[in-house]
Amino acid sequence: MEWYLPVIWAAVIGTAVAMYVILDGFDLGIGVLFPFARNEAERDQMMRSVAPLWDGNETWLVLGGAGLFVAFPRAYAVVMPAFYLPVIVMLLALVFRGIAFEFRTVSHSKTWWSVVFTGGSTLAGFAQGVILGGLIEGVPVRDGAYAGGPLHWATPFAFVCGLALVAGYALLGATWLAMKTEGPVAVRSRGQAKWLLLAVLVFMAAVSVWTPLAEPRIAARWFSLPNFYFLWPVPLLTALIAFLLWRWLEQGREVPPFLAAIALFMLGYLGLVISNFPYLVPPSLTVWDTAAAPASQIFMLFGTLLLLPFVIGYVVFVYWLFRGKVREGESYH
Amino acid sequence: MDFDPVLLARLQFAFTIIFHIIFPSFTIGLSAYIATLGALWLRSGEDRYQRLMRFWTKIFAVSFAMGVVSGIVLSYQFGTNWSRFSVVTGNVLGPLLGYEVLAAFFLEATFLGVLLFGINRVPPWLYVLSSVVVATGTAISAFWILSANSWMQTPAGYEMRGGVAFPTDWLAVIFNPSFPYRFAHMLNAAYLTTGFVVLAVGARYVIGGRHIEEGRIMLRMAIGLTAILAPLQLFLGDQHGLNTLQHQPIKIAAIEAHWDGSKPDSFHIFAWPDEKAGVNHFEISIPRGASLILTHRMDGLFPGLTSVPASERPPVKIVFFGFRIMLAVGMFMIAAALLGAFLWWRGTLFETNWYLRAMAQCWWIGFVAVIAGWVVTESGRQPWIVHGIMRTADATSPVPAASIAGTLALFVLAYGVVFWFGIYYINRLIAQGPSQVAEATGQFSRRPISAAH
Repeated sequence: MEWYLPVIWAAVIGTAVAMYVILDGFDLGIGVLFPFARNEAERDQMMRSVAPLWDGNETWLVLGGAGLFVAFPRAYAVVMPAFYLPVIVMLLALVFRGIAFEFRTVSHSKTWWSVVFTGGSTLAGFAQGVILGGLIEGVPVRDGAYAGGPLHWATPFAFVCGLALVAGYALLGATWLAMKTEGPVAVRSRGQAKWLLLAVLVFMAAVSVWTPLAEPRIAARWFSLPNFYFLWPVPLLTALIAFLLWRWLEQGREVPPFLAAIALFMLGYLGLVISNFPYLVPPSLTVWDTAAAPASQIFMLFGTLLLLPFVIGYVVFVYWLFRGKVREGESYH
Repeated sequence: MDFDPVLLARLQFAFTIIFHIIFPSFTIGLSAYIATLGALWLRSGEDRYQRLMRFWTKIFAVSFAMGVVSGIVLSYQFGTNWSRFSVVTGNVLGPLLGYEVLAAFFLEATFLGVLLFGINRVPPWLYVLSSVVVATGTAISAFWILSANSWMQTPAGYEMRGGVAFPTDWLAVIFNPSFPYRFAHMLNAAYLTTGFVVLAVGARYVIGGRHIEEGRIMLRMAIGLTAILAPLQLFLGDQHGLNTLQHQPIKIAAIEAHWDGSKPDSFHIFAWPDEKAGVNHFEISIPRGASLILTHRMDGLFPGLTSVPASERPPVKIVFFGFRIMLAVGMFMIAAALLGAFLWWRGTLFETNWYLRAMAQCWWIGFVAVIAGWVVTESGRQPWIVHGIMRTADATSPVPAASIAGTLALFVLAYGVVFWFGIYYINRLIAQGPSQVAEATGQFSRRPISAAH
């Protein structure tokens, strides 16, 4: 069996998940920040900044889910039952949040749909963090099937990860708003971004200390030689980016803070990949254990690699089309 | 209370997929209709075609958004509720579903953006081309999904190794024996379903005396289409049935409530199948009808339900009545379409109020036929999830019944809200009518449902 095919597929799915986390991350984050806006007019402004983009952002979640089924059916078949409740809560939260986008603009009671939007966005981010935390902690597997109870994922660590992801999404959202809006919303989000940055750093530190202590395999990955020689720049770079992000926020810069927030996310993501690769379902199933038949992976890879450049090109095009600031009071309809 | 997790998982999947199928069966046809209007507009340069095109595009957008939302859920449900099925069939079905996702979410969604918000930004030919690409994309989506479903009915091109299916011949997998029939039948069903929606809206305008010009175009186009496709559907369904008889004879036996295979059978217009005793009560039948339909001979024989043990039979009542509902709707469609064509030929179509009034109420009949048809073919496959390879009872996830019951309740609640609002907005759009919608565009927004206002 070709050993490299599962690695390519892991890279494709990893890319889809990274795209999803960044792109949907900032529009989920805007939902998290919704309650802190002063009035519905400000919320209109916040929502308009992501309105043309959010549905495209969410398609990456579909590619991630379908990709996992296609390329790693045995991982898909373990992960989905293991996180049954958080997955379904996440999907329903996304449904409600998605329709809130549309119905809020026409409803007579905007406030009610704003609450739905905040609730859905926050719950979706939280559920994603819980799933991530639960994966890091490990999933019990027997005979290739999930062997735990319906609430196995419900641990303090997973809940901390849930909060961490909500804070991270809010940071992305705040730096996005600082870039895309003007007036009081932009000023407030710069202030919020600072607090959120501190919170995110505390969460990142907590996860970085907690996981090697709790999981010997992760400690061995980072602190054994020669790995450590290659890996020590990762935390250092994280600290540097965090410092720059703070400075740029202080200086009132517009675009760099958002890029720095993305970089921070990518470094956190890289850290998790380093900790866990080649496990798809820690601590027992690797990308090779769970891979689909090579014939299936090749057949699907053909279409994916053919279409992915178009998709990415389209994303770039849409973001270019809707570039620039959203102005206060600018009519949407 | 003690629930059976297999039954709950089936109910949940049935609920979410029935909810989902409503939207694609409409958008597949509607996108083709929009593309046709676009072609007419380009060729004739007449403004009314463009008005109609943009009107239906708004309705398309709302339906498409609901289809996407409910489709995301499905792509995760194979894992949450049917994880053992995913393991056994993942190698074969994974790529088919993967290609569907690529077509549905990227090809369609991309060009939909141009179609919805590009009218003032791209030249007409590109705008119309986008509508053609969206229509093709929806049909390609249907292609892959129906290929996957057909493989579950008539698997081919695979071998079993260690209890897991491995593909040996992709062409045989994709073009498995029942696929061409199911694809043709479903695609035609989608076009018919949309045809009756367009017919209903056109009739509504003409009797209401509003948007009469657009209403008449809709009526003529819809009747022209359905008068051909409705009879064609009968033929396609018959061919599909013969194919099923060849590959899944017990499904056919359940459709006809045919117990004893040693005798020719009548076609039962009504009956109450008694699954314990293996007989029908209260039969109203056309003598030898079933034999004639299925074997094209008065004394033709076909396998009966009693030829297999009860554990190998599908639930007869559901399959039997589901088929009759589909057939009744189909016959009604043929009659309605041909009558409309007759009135058109006589030149009295737009004045025959009783006909228009009846048709204005019939926008939903295609959906009933589609859902009934799917209930027949899916229930008729039982007790198998993949015919001859895996039983439904062995396919579920290791998830307790309480989790499934709780999330089922959540789905019913959530989809209820989404559906109610979706219908509300579509109705509002139809009440507004084509000209208002065309004027309201121009301001750009890329969000499907908000484009509805």
